[in-house]
Amino acid sequence: MSTVETREPYVGRRIRRKEDSRLVRGQGWFVPDRKLPGMLHAAILRSPYAHARIESIDLSGALAVDGVVAAFTGDDLTGRVGRFVESARKEVTPELLEAIAGTVKPTPFPVLSERVVHWFGAPVAVVVASDRYAAEDALETIDARYEPFPPVASAEAALDADAPVLHPELGDNIAARFRVGSGDVDAAFARAPRTLRRRFVFGRHSANSMETRSVQASYDPGRCELTVWLTNARPHLIRSHLSEMLGLPLESVRVIVPDMGGSFGTGVYSEDALIPFLAMELRRPVCWVEDRRENLAITRHARDQVHDLELAYDDHGRVLALRDRFLVDVGAYNAYAITVSYNAAAHLRGQYAIDCFSIEGMNVLTTKAPVSPVRGAGRPEAVFALDRALDLVAADCGLDPALVRRRNLIPPQEIPRPMGMPYRDGAEMVYDSGDFPAQLEQVLEAFGYDEWRRRQAEWLSQGRRLGIGISSYVEGSGFGPHEGAIVRLDPGGRVHVVTGAKPHGQGLETTLAQVCADELGVEVERVTVSSGDTSRIQYGIGTFASRSAVTAGTAVGIAAQRLREKVLAVAGVLLDALPDELELADDGVVVRGETRGVTFAEVAAAAAPGPRSRLPAGVEPGLEAQYYFQPPTVTFASGTHVTAVEVDEETGVVSVLRYVTVDDCGRMLNPMVVEGQIHGGVAHGIGSALYEESLYDEDCQLLSGSYMDYLLPSAVEVPPIEVGHQECLSQLNPYGIKGCGEGGAVSPPAAIANAIADAFRPRLVELNRVPIRPEAVLAAVRGSH
Amino acid sequence: MSTLEPRDLIVRVNGEERRGWAQPRTTLADFLRDELGLTGTHLGCEHGVCGACTILVDGRSARSCLMLAVQAEGHELTTVEGLAPVDGPLHPIQEAFSAKHGLQCGFCTPGFLMSVHELLEDDPDPDEATIRRFLSGNICRCTGYHNIVEAVRYAAELQRGAAV
Repeated sequence: MSTVETREPYVGRRIRRKEDSRLVRGQGWFVPDRKLPGMLHAAILRSPYAHARIESIDLSGALAVDGVVAAFTGDDLTGRVGRFVESARKEVTPELLEAIAGTVKPTPFPVLSERVVHWFGAPVAVVVASDRYAAEDALETIDARYEPFPPVASAEAALDADAPVLHPELGDNIAARFRVGSGDVDAAFARAPRTLRRRFVFGRHSANSMETRSVQASYDPGRCELTVWLTNARPHLIRSHLSEMLGLPLESVRVIVPDMGGSFGTGVYSEDALIPFLAMELRRPVCWVEDRRENLAITRHARDQVHDLELAYDDHGRVLALRDRFLVDVGAYNAYAITVSYNAAAHLRGQYAIDCFSIEGMNVLTTKAPVSPVRGAGRPEAVFALDRALDLVAADCGLDPALVRRRNLIPPQEIPRPMGMPYRDGAEMVYDSGDFPAQLEQVLEAFGYDEWRRRQAEWLSQGRRLGIGISSYVEGSGFGPHEGAIVRLDPGGRVHVVTGAKPHGQGLETTLAQVCADELGVEVERVTVSSGDTSRIQYGIGTFASRSAVTAGTAVGIAAQRLREKVLAVAGVLLDALPDELELADDGVVVRGETRGVTFAEVAAAAAPGPRSRLPAGVEPGLEAQYYFQPPTVTFASGTHVTAVEVDEETGVVSVLRYVTVDDCGRMLNPMVVEGQIHGGVAHGIGSALYEESLYDEDCQLLSGSYMDYLLPSAVEVPPIEVGHQECLSQLNPYGIKGCGEGGAVSPPAAIANAIADAFRPRLVELNRVPIRPEAVLAAVRGSH
Repeated sequence: MSTLEPRDLIVRVNGEERRGWAQPRTTLADFLRDELGLTGTHLGCEHGVCGACTILVDGRSARSCLMLAVQAEGHELTTVEGLAPVDGPLHPIQEAFSAKHGLQCGFCTPGFLMSVHELLEDDPDPDEATIRRFLSGNICRCTGYHNIVEAVRYAAELQRGAAV
């Protein structure tokens, strides 16, 4: 038996992804790829009005269409399927609510609309047929009649005293509100040499994963078991909802999530429960695949915030106090409590030392699609407001924007730094790690800031408008409350990891295998990671909030350590050696420095229950270990972005010429994967800054229902993205990991808006709303002075 | 003939003659996926913008969501499954996408691979601007295109190397 050479750790290396082989061959398994025998197909009738009373829905025409098996309205489901009760609201503790003077009202939403529809695209009826074509034919025959009600088209309109109240039981359209702050803000503003007040608006957009949502369900009436396959990175949460809403024991519901074509946000949707209900009702497997038109109308809408931000500052550009009052237009149901709005408040001050502050957030109901947390989840909105404002401070004081940032950044010696408010998990909010000034200098250096300032002057002399913009962020990453892993060694020496953190394309099958391989001392090729099946691990949270590497990574590492201890303990019995004299080799366990060893098959046989068992006293049978990591709170990642844009003064068209980032996500499990996350985030952020908007007209009719109207950035609009790293290890987990999934998307709107405005300096061109379309640039230039 | 009456259809896909049923209105993408089981071709928008469903029709890229299955008769189709033998080595373009991390979730990837196949047939050594312009009909939400561009350059290198 061979002894192990000291192997370079896998963590930190650019390991090629395990996922790739099946995906590039077209052998992935996305939900619609597999057909169940006898499977039916559902199509959904959606409200053409934003706000209306359903007078009648006549399904008789649909039921007469060839191939149609059944059709249902909301009335048919009343009393048979529960509503979606917002899990995020249950997570907000009474202690946190008290500390932030918070109110969160319940807005559970029905699976199919009952009596009143509250947004364009709300589901009102479903048809089930032998194939999708027939189901869609049938939709066209449904006679649905509505009495239109007045729309509530914006958060501000929703607050009008005479605005229609969407859900009368709530009393008004305010679904949630809170306030955080510290210090005597009024006094600071009264004393300050300078102040500014601006409105910053972040338009509504949507996640737009390239795979739309889909749900398949199958019910086994003999065993009373429901199996659901769907595209949602939170299988365990869906299982809990289905158990409650359909009245099934938790263990009778199995939720499986195969490959996912992105997600970029989270959310539960009507179809997640509707399709399982249909499968139970009809005793046939049922499938539903969202089309892009539905996706653009209803799925993972986000942002839509209006900030009225005030800063008090001195003549040197140092911020003395901050006041912000902001509204989030959450649409027709407040499905995520204060997740996004509180994120915005918690991340508004970013990397800056602003200890005197008052922030009030309000979630307001309107007749639009419900919003959900999407990549950044409140942070892009907050960072857009503050980083734009800092450039206005710089302009007012006649200072370079980089200098104003240097003067306001939290110095490294103050880290760890309490931030004077609780985090959303109720813990005190503390920046646990980071060196923001060094990060700024690193990114300015990588960008060649001084050189680009010279180029800017040179281009201007040729009549070309070049602008430079900076933005930075922090991100509370690795949100709890837990994530778990089971690590198992088979007799052939292969290692199997199961986790509840279901990835939606980030490469966790590789990065978690790297952690596991290092802890066990085996080759990464031997490790297989699986997730997305509630039957394989009892608890799971899922992928969102830049949490998987932090939480699942730590869980896998510690479970692997425990498995290693167990393997060595069993091998020690077989080899008559102490565990610390042993080490794992490629095919088994060896005595260090000797050729003596046992194979994994021998260890597995000795660890199995039964007459051949050779387990040490007190050790349970099986080569398996499980661990649930419960982080004390979030750990703070950060990043700074610098960009250069060219603005065509004639057309208002903006081209992003250069984009440079430096991020700090602590220990990188796989820098290639981290960089991929940053690249994708930046492209998403460029979309938010310049192109993407889920637009409604004054009647709340959707105007952006196709990719001809909703513009996603292509390879032409996104420049090469230069990524640098800083590595300040997290203090809150043993590996020092911090999240990186969302950061890339946080700063581009602020950085690009700043760069566009900068192109016109010393003229003060104000671009305080994103997306910034060419017409907005032209209007701002015309209105500048 | 009714637009709903299914008809027996024979098409050539990935070098083989394949047979299935299709209504005259059935899209080529649905026919490939549902009737022939070639689920590597993905549907991202079904209105011809995202490019996830891109396949090759007689060597030229086409949106299989915008073609009817019946229009494919008499043409040679190539899908992502046709790039490399099932258990054999990856095609250089597939190899390059994996090596350069030009994919994350992998949903848009088959469409990109097919577009890149066409690009490199026409231009074995495209520059960055050409690559970006050519791929502007394929949308990716994960990668920010950075590593896709790298992958295309690397694929071109691999193919030129193989050609020598």
